Amino acid sequence: MSAEMNIARARMLLEGIPGVTLSGEGPILTVETPVDQFAVVGAMLKEKVGCLFFAFLTAIDHKEAGLEVVARLDNLDSRVCVMLRTKLGAGNTRCPSLFAIYRGANWMEREAFDMFGIVFDGHPDLRRMLLPEDWVGHPLLKSYAVDTPYPPYR
Amino acid sequence: MAEVRAIDYTGSERLTMNMGPQHPSAHGVFRAILTLEGEKIVGVDAVIGYLHRCHEKLAENLAYVQYPSIASKTDYVAAMSSELAYVMAAEKIGQFEVPKRAQYLRVMVNELQRVASHCLWLGTWCLDMGGALGGGTSIFLYCIRERETVLDLFESLVGARLLYGFHQVGGVRYDPSAGWAAQCRATIDTIEKRLLEYEQMLDDNAFFEARTRNVGVISSALAQDVGVSGPLLRASGVNFDLRRDQPYSSYEDFDFKVPVETEGDCHARYRVRMVEFRESIKIVRQALDRLPEGPISSRPGVKSLGQVRVPKGEAYARVEGPRGEVGCYLVADGSQKPYRMKWRGASFSNLAVLPYILPGVTVADVVAIMGSVDPVFGEVDR
Repeated sequence: MSAEMNIARARMLLEGIPGVTLSGEGPILTVETPVDQFAVVGAMLKEKVGCLFFAFLTAIDHKEAGLEVVARLDNLDSRVCVMLRTKLGAGNTRCPSLFAIYRGANWMEREAFDMFGIVFDGHPDLRRMLLPEDWVGHPLLKSYAVDTPYPPYR
Repeated sequence: MAEVRAIDYTGSERLTMNMGPQHPSAHGVFRAILTLEGEKIVGVDAVIGYLHRCHEKLAENLAYVQYPSIASKTDYVAAMSSELAYVMAAEKIGQFEVPKRAQYLRVMVNELQRVASHCLWLGTWCLDMGGALGGGTSIFLYCIRERETVLDLFESLVGARLLYGFHQVGGVRYDPSAGWAAQCRATIDTIEKRLLEYEQMLDDNAFFEARTRNVGVISSALAQDVGVSGPLLRASGVNFDLRRDQPYSSYEDFDFKVPVETEGDCHARYRVRMVEFRESIKIVRQALDRLPEGPISSRPGVKSLGQVRVPKGEAYARVEGPRGEVGCYLVADGSQKPYRMKWRGASFSNLAVLPYILPGVTVADVVAIMGSVDPVFGEVDR
């Protein structure tokens, strides 16, 4: 299937879901979803649009506006790239997990939990990925100063 | 660990074995907690992060002119590709122009880097699998010898052998001096000849075949699901190469083949990389032949921190590095530093496939599989 057909299909499928907005041009499509639709839309993109390749998942800290989760999904045959994004809202740290859809989300979500403290509902094994288990805080939050002391190194 | 040994339903003992974090075949600091039944692996818990420096936080605190030289420290055996990913992301947001000569130089150093990186991969992999390969140590020393000559090229180009700081936003920082092209041609000619010697040592070698055929098979569905990229993805039958399919930095001007194998085992990864060696050498030759005249950067040399200001916006730039898709997702807020930067380390996603392919293999196979995945822990842990 060509890129145009994939994009048209994604638009047709996703525009019906309340709260989902689509933007972008060419083969790069940005899909913004409400938090509760995040995994639903992810599953649709994999099954119906053929975005089989899980490139990465991460988050952005918008300070007062809260956290935003970003995932990049590719269709390697037709070269369609989808940026799947959802704003968690101020104070909210819960997000549906993509683990059941993409196995690559396993480590990526653990890293996002480690760095931002986002709890992915449905992830079977949400532990810190890169930092030791006794680490305090989540370093990539904007509220975490780069020179925060860590015992015993002060 | 509370439960070190437990009796399973068959009556045999399960053993928990700690592999690493200082295991020589891990190519860095990687710890795998293996659950064994006899010599067979039934469970894997991979522990990473020993080399974590929080590059993403560092990037938020360093200006666009400072970070490229730090970017080389993510994947330190292929520093050129991670630098390129970072500057390309900044150039995408700011729509900075890159002169044609700089684009060709970028292609050239990236392909040389691929040759150097694959040399290290082949040497260390065969060393891991041991002397049964008709002398694992010999092939290691041969490969390192060839890699040194490529590093010599980088040294006379940049002044550094491992971490370069070659790229800058808007172009590159160094122009080859007179005589560099001749040195480069001589080097790649030698390497091309020696590749044949390696293949003569390994192809049809019964031990090599036994260690690599049907070992660590990754299906194409699993590879895409986990986000495995580069030679591993192509060895699993997915015909995708960013250089050909989403060309950047004038890759569309070059003529090269993309090797694809369907078996998905260690031997398929070996074959893919051996072709990539030769294709990279081909690209370097083409770049040397057609290197355009002109400036090497659209922006002046770095003098002050605030020199590069990237407008508000975001971009994802990706580069086909030696290990796969090296991606840099950059969110800019209009100041001299990025607001947020995410590294997609190719090794991180490639390594994430291990928990799915290790159950069922023996401990000795873990060594062969780890070597064929070719992880660099600077890039896994970032």
